[in-house]
Amino acid sequence: MSEILVVAEHRHGELAVSTLEVIAAAGELKKKNNMAVVVAVLAQEPSTFTDQLSVPSVDEIVNVKVPLGEFQNDNYEAIIGQLIVKRNPAVVLVPHSVDSWGYAPSLAARYGYGFATDVFALSYDGDELIATRAAYSEKMQVELDFPGKETILITLRGNIFKLEEGSSSPVITSFDASFVPARTDHHRFVEPESTGDVDITQSELILSVGRGVGEENNIESFRELSDLMGFTLGCSRPIADSGWLPKSRQVGQSGKTVSNCNIYIAMGISGSVQHMAGMKHVPNIIAVNTDPEASVFSIAHYGVVADMFDIAEELRNQFE
Amino acid sequence: MKILVPVKQVAAIDEDCVLREDMRDIDPDFLDYELNEWDDYSWEAALQLREAHGDQVEIVPVTVGPDEATDGLRRCLAKGGNRGVRVWDSALEESDPIAVARVIARLAKREEADLILAGTLSSDHGFAATAMCVAGFLDWPHVAVVSKLDVRPDAQHATVHRELEAGWEEEISVQCPAVLSIQLGINEPRYASLRGIKQAKAKPIEVLSHSDLGLESDEVGLSGSGSRVRRMFAPAKGQAEMIEGTTAEQASRIAQIVSELSRENS
Repeated sequence: MSEILVVAEHRHGELAVSTLEVIAAAGELKKKNNMAVVVAVLAQEPSTFTDQLSVPSVDEIVNVKVPLGEFQNDNYEAIIGQLIVKRNPAVVLVPHSVDSWGYAPSLAARYGYGFATDVFALSYDGDELIATRAAYSEKMQVELDFPGKETILITLRGNIFKLEEGSSSPVITSFDASFVPARTDHHRFVEPESTGDVDITQSELILSVGRGVGEENNIESFRELSDLMGFTLGCSRPIADSGWLPKSRQVGQSGKTVSNCNIYIAMGISGSVQHMAGMKHVPNIIAVNTDPEASVFSIAHYGVVADMFDIAEELRNQFE
Repeated sequence: MKILVPVKQVAAIDEDCVLREDMRDIDPDFLDYELNEWDDYSWEAALQLREAHGDQVEIVPVTVGPDEATDGLRRCLAKGGNRGVRVWDSALEESDPIAVARVIARLAKREEADLILAGTLSSDHGFAATAMCVAGFLDWPHVAVVSKLDVRPDAQHATVHRELEAGWEEEISVQCPAVLSIQLGINEPRYASLRGIKQAKAKPIEVLSHSDLGLESDEVGLSGSGSRVRRMFAPAKGQAEMIEGTTAEQASRIAQIVSELSRENS
């Protein structure tokens, strides 16, 4: 039976939820094509993750003891390369994350795998794996295939695949990898700065501004508007990068995921994948943008094609 | 130290674009090109190293792309650097990040580069892959999503911050030569001066083909790629209810939605 190899991701001793999403995606493929799902765990104590990884689709967990506690490119590439040689999986699935951005492309280039990143749907057309991903800033989608590739490495977008419920008793095996010298050296992790600012992940009502706000001087009026409406002011990346609002207000992959938010108003935010990763789960999203084609409208529940300043002024009248 | 900065002209599509006859891409008549946003930051990082260390550092923007890609190189050269390199010929059409990276890796060897700074991802297709594929082909140390960079021309190591999820960063050192993918916000890209823009027009841009770099035609293009586009299509429209009317009407509807939802929730 051909195999789907999943590589678990973890940091600071905690399993990344994205690993379980990837397992769920593997589970869907397994149903269609009768494959075995094998999860590799590269860690100092891989068995600490066994319970969490024992979800219904998983047939086998391969524990690989590594000397380095945290992720390191060279080791991940060498060990996963060795695992692939040994097990010859048809598909290797990993989360689309900062770690995989570091090792997956290099691995695929080195060994000539079929390769696609940020994939959000997988299917089989006969024996042919089909991966779907976005193109042209999310405005289009493409189906990819991988002619002639024996092994296909895919990184999967987060927050797409629903976690499996229940547990299982997968076979636990281990793999003795040969290590390579690491060419990077971990110094330290840097915690997000605690500014004493509001914790936006706790906010239920958030009004976020993006590039459309234009200049720093305009931020204040949106702060006033959000206060007036009882909303917390958030922002997209360019605003935090410019220092107009603190990093703690940034919503998105490298910023905050607004897990408690109920109403999210996005003003002047076109909707990059990275921003949407932090807010697309919100049950009520209202998007205001001058560009009717802005990708934020693809996930919004209410869309307003208008100038954010005009809308802001009218909202001020409404709430005063 | 020679720093190679691979840049890309990204394509944005018109509202009323149509697909090519083979349905695998957009008709090129409907594409508008501009320099990838991330590449302004990687080029700025190179410019700053050049300024800090003068003649010890040479910076060269390079690109893989047709004629249109020349604009991207000129945009870089308007801010600094003395020359650029563009690689293109028809065999390179339909190259994915792996095939493009194979070309850049060969170019890096030909140029005897010591450091490669490339954008973390491109805003059009967003693979976030090309830079690290280059590292794979060169077998160089590499770090993706670099948000802080400290390197000296003669150093054996660079010290960098890797931007992780949720606001975390990791400080690590990486052996040189290295490939680093540069994240937005690492610096503040400068604007080109009018004088710089004028001067850039006279700076030489060498144009090479895949065979100039010793590559076979099946190592690039579709056959040198890790994947192939079967078909392209517009995604299903979002479920958004579009709020029409005057601005005042739109705003009052927003206010109404907000108050209804808040009431439901309290």
